[in-house]
Amino acid sequence: MEDLRNKARELLAAKAVQVVVGYGRGTGASRRAVFIQSAAEAGELLFDNACRQNLAVYLMKPEVRKLGKMALVAIPATLRTILQLASENQIQDLELLALVPDASGAVTQLATFAAIEAHVVLQDNDLSAAEKGELQKYEIMGMEQRRQFWEEHFSRCLKCYACRAACPLCYCSRCTVECNQPQWIPVPAHDLGNLEWNIMRAMHLAGRCINCGDCSRACPVGIPLHLLNQKLISEVYTHFNSRSGMAAKADHAMSTFKPNDAEDFIR
Amino acid sequence: MNADDIFKPYLMKIERVTEETPDVKTLRLVFLDEQEGKDFTFRTGQFGEYSVFGEGECTFCIASPPTRQGYIECTFRKAGRVTSALADLEAGETIGFRGPYGNVFPVADWEGKNLLFIAGGIALPPMRSVIWNILDRRDRYREITIVYGARTVADLVYKPELDEWAGRSDIQLITTVDPGGETPEWKGKIGFVPAVLDKASPSSRDTVAVVCGPPVMIKFTFPVLARLGFAPENIFTTLENRMKCGVGKCGRCNVGKLFVCKDGPVFTFAQLQQMPQEY
Amino acid sequence: MAIETTSIKRETLEKLFSNWLSEGKRILAPKKLGDHVDFALVGSLAEVSLDQVQTVQSPKIAVFPRVEELLAFQSTDGNVQLRERDLAVLPETVIFGLRPCDAAAFASLKAIFDWDTPDKLFSARLEKITVVGLSCSRADEYCFCTSVGGGPGAAAGSDILLTDMGREDFLLEIISEKGRQAVRSVSAGLQPDAAMDKESRLARVTPAFTVEKISSVLAALFDDASFWEKQSLRCLGCGACAYVCPTCACFDIQDEGGASGKRLRCWDSCGFGLFTLHTSGHNPRPLQSQRWRQRLMHKFSYMPERQSVLGCVGCGRCSRACPVDMNMVEHMRAVAEAKP
Repeated sequence: MEDLRNKARELLAAKAVQVVVGYGRGTGASRRAVFIQSAAEAGELLFDNACRQNLAVYLMKPEVRKLGKMALVAIPATLRTILQLASENQIQDLELLALVPDASGAVTQLATFAAIEAHVVLQDNDLSAAEKGELQKYEIMGMEQRRQFWEEHFSRCLKCYACRAACPLCYCSRCTVECNQPQWIPVPAHDLGNLEWNIMRAMHLAGRCINCGDCSRACPVGIPLHLLNQKLISEVYTHFNSRSGMAAKADHAMSTFKPNDAEDFIR
Repeated sequence: MNADDIFKPYLMKIERVTEETPDVKTLRLVFLDEQEGKDFTFRTGQFGEYSVFGEGECTFCIASPPTRQGYIECTFRKAGRVTSALADLEAGETIGFRGPYGNVFPVADWEGKNLLFIAGGIALPPMRSVIWNILDRRDRYREITIVYGARTVADLVYKPELDEWAGRSDIQLITTVDPGGETPEWKGKIGFVPAVLDKASPSSRDTVAVVCGPPVMIKFTFPVLARLGFAPENIFTTLENRMKCGVGKCGRCNVGKLFVCKDGPVFTFAQLQQMPQEY
Repeated sequence: MAIETTSIKRETLEKLFSNWLSEGKRILAPKKLGDHVDFALVGSLAEVSLDQVQTVQSPKIAVFPRVEELLAFQSTDGNVQLRERDLAVLPETVIFGLRPCDAAAFASLKAIFDWDTPDKLFSARLEKITVVGLSCSRADEYCFCTSVGGGPGAAAGSDILLTDMGREDFLLEIISEKGRQAVRSVSAGLQPDAAMDKESRLARVTPAFTVEKISSVLAALFDDASFWEKQSLRCLGCGACAYVCPTCACFDIQDEGGASGKRLRCWDSCGFGLFTLHTSGHNPRPLQSQRWRQRLMHKFSYMPERQSVLGCVGCGRCSRACPVDMNMVEHMRAVAEAKP
């Protein structure tokens, strides 16, 4: 922890960055994002297993971007997000630093996309054993069962869009759900509106989601959105041999045509 | 308004559609229920929620004066989902109307005074209700000056009425278009409304100014009026915040503690100076 | 009416449940749904979860559902016919086991929907609810009812207030005529009980700020942009806080189903970036800090000034639901301590 704080002090004092976005004390035992803008505040930084939010979401927030160059305390998913955002031309190389604390508390500073890529390939970026187990349980269900499963979950959806707000890859300034000429997705949070919204959200993340799980954690009514995303991650990997968030320059499965694609509908 | 159910619209028949500019139309609306039409009253400055069934509601002022009874008119630019649907309708079709909502221009208080109207672009409609209201009782008011500008000649709305006003000896009408917006035949001024106003320098003595226009025009017009000696309480304008319900509940239109739909849309510059900059 | 204090056995309460159901009333109560507790229709007291600090959502769904039809329309050959809601078919609903903060929230909702021009649909729903509150024996770090005029055993807003006294006994306070009617069918089973010590069963919620202090600071704080920026920097601008809030009432109106369809009212939130966006592209509140300020000002300044009621009851749901831990007590304490 002291390593991280010292690193933040050093970067801020040297004006190498204007803000360190990291984790600090939250309500009870929870951790929350803190925005450290001076060396004197660096003592607020914490790092432990309770630090779960993917702070890369703040890379796309204008109010935070406005603060200046950012150092981001990064967990594995954060690094994948940075690369994914880079591959979607949302951020530039060298516009941020990633600070990666390891289990011993030592901090690795990654200053370029290349350095992040080199770090990411060494991480385990696959679904965890627990995630795979949960996904398998889902896949055992037949189509009808799956439909019921999602209808039941989506019936609770409030359309508060916390999933969208918490997702660092949902950065559109105007979401499809807010486009009304034509009104693609019904605005009201009724069964049809909820089903269409949730399918659209998941599909727009297919081949892009880097599996941080913040959508599910953000959902106030406990819809297991990560399952949809993980299913899509696994499908995209199976069919396109593609994994998101691995490289700063990458073709995306859902927006790239290859002559040897399995489907022939586009030819 | 419908006292029983605040969300139940009157059914109105489109009696006439006037194409003002390529994307601005005026609809003349009459009540389908004759009795509702007879009972309906409004005052100048008020607005309503107009609806295309199946598309939704949108908010505009009533652009006709209360001195002309039996119909109301609205003028709108085709921009969003509802206004696009509204623009596609033809005479004879039915739409919904809720209202009248909001406060009014205190035209009775202005009797015996000079009036200066300043409008830009699509903001002439709220002022047109006031202007005709005043013109229909012309003898109660003194000098009337109208300064109206639009981006281009094509964007000027109510062209026949502008011609009529221009031909009257009891109105001074100054029309202007933004530089580059003129046509070879254009006889009016060329320049932005605040600058044209500044040059015309109408007297503020015993005069009430009414300003309606896009936020940027209003922003630059207030200082000109101040320089001409207008007291903030003698400058009136309308705010046009987004709204859904029109009756102070949906939570969209407030500026600080004030609701544009209930406490407005008409405000004096003196009031605006006391309000937070959230409009 | 004066509050009438009696006691009721759990078994009598169970009887009351079946009586309500046989009278045709719906019972909306906290129920365990997967790993969280939320309001749902229940068929017996056994289904009700009583020991959670709070439900995820608030009981406002009984009077302000997340989607409701305002009217329907039918267009045939250019003729439009409107069909208004039949308010008579709205169900009588007993809201059971809600916390005193939630019971107090109906007054805030009423202030919004009923001021100046009453909203008849809301009023009809409100008329048909009977509020059976349950005092809090536990609170958590998000609770702050005592800072906003409430308390873990406060009666305001409830028609009946229950306090779990342990050993299958409940203290029952009858607060309104509606409450008296609701327990009439078991009145023989109610025992006067002076010996019950309600206070001893209540959670302790230490006041964190005073409304007086907040009101005196807020208006002057409006223009302190850096204060609001600092407060809202981590806010992501979702609607979770507003949607779980028992007093938030912002709504949108949407048409559906084409020319023969419905006009619907649905929840909306002042936290959304597009909430106030004009068609022209102009936005009076373009920054999240301004939207966060609006949320706080509306609840703690505008509503008290315009409708003489606070727009917050201290239930803490907004903070529990927030994906980034925006903790309302903490933010309000910072307001109280600010020096504008």
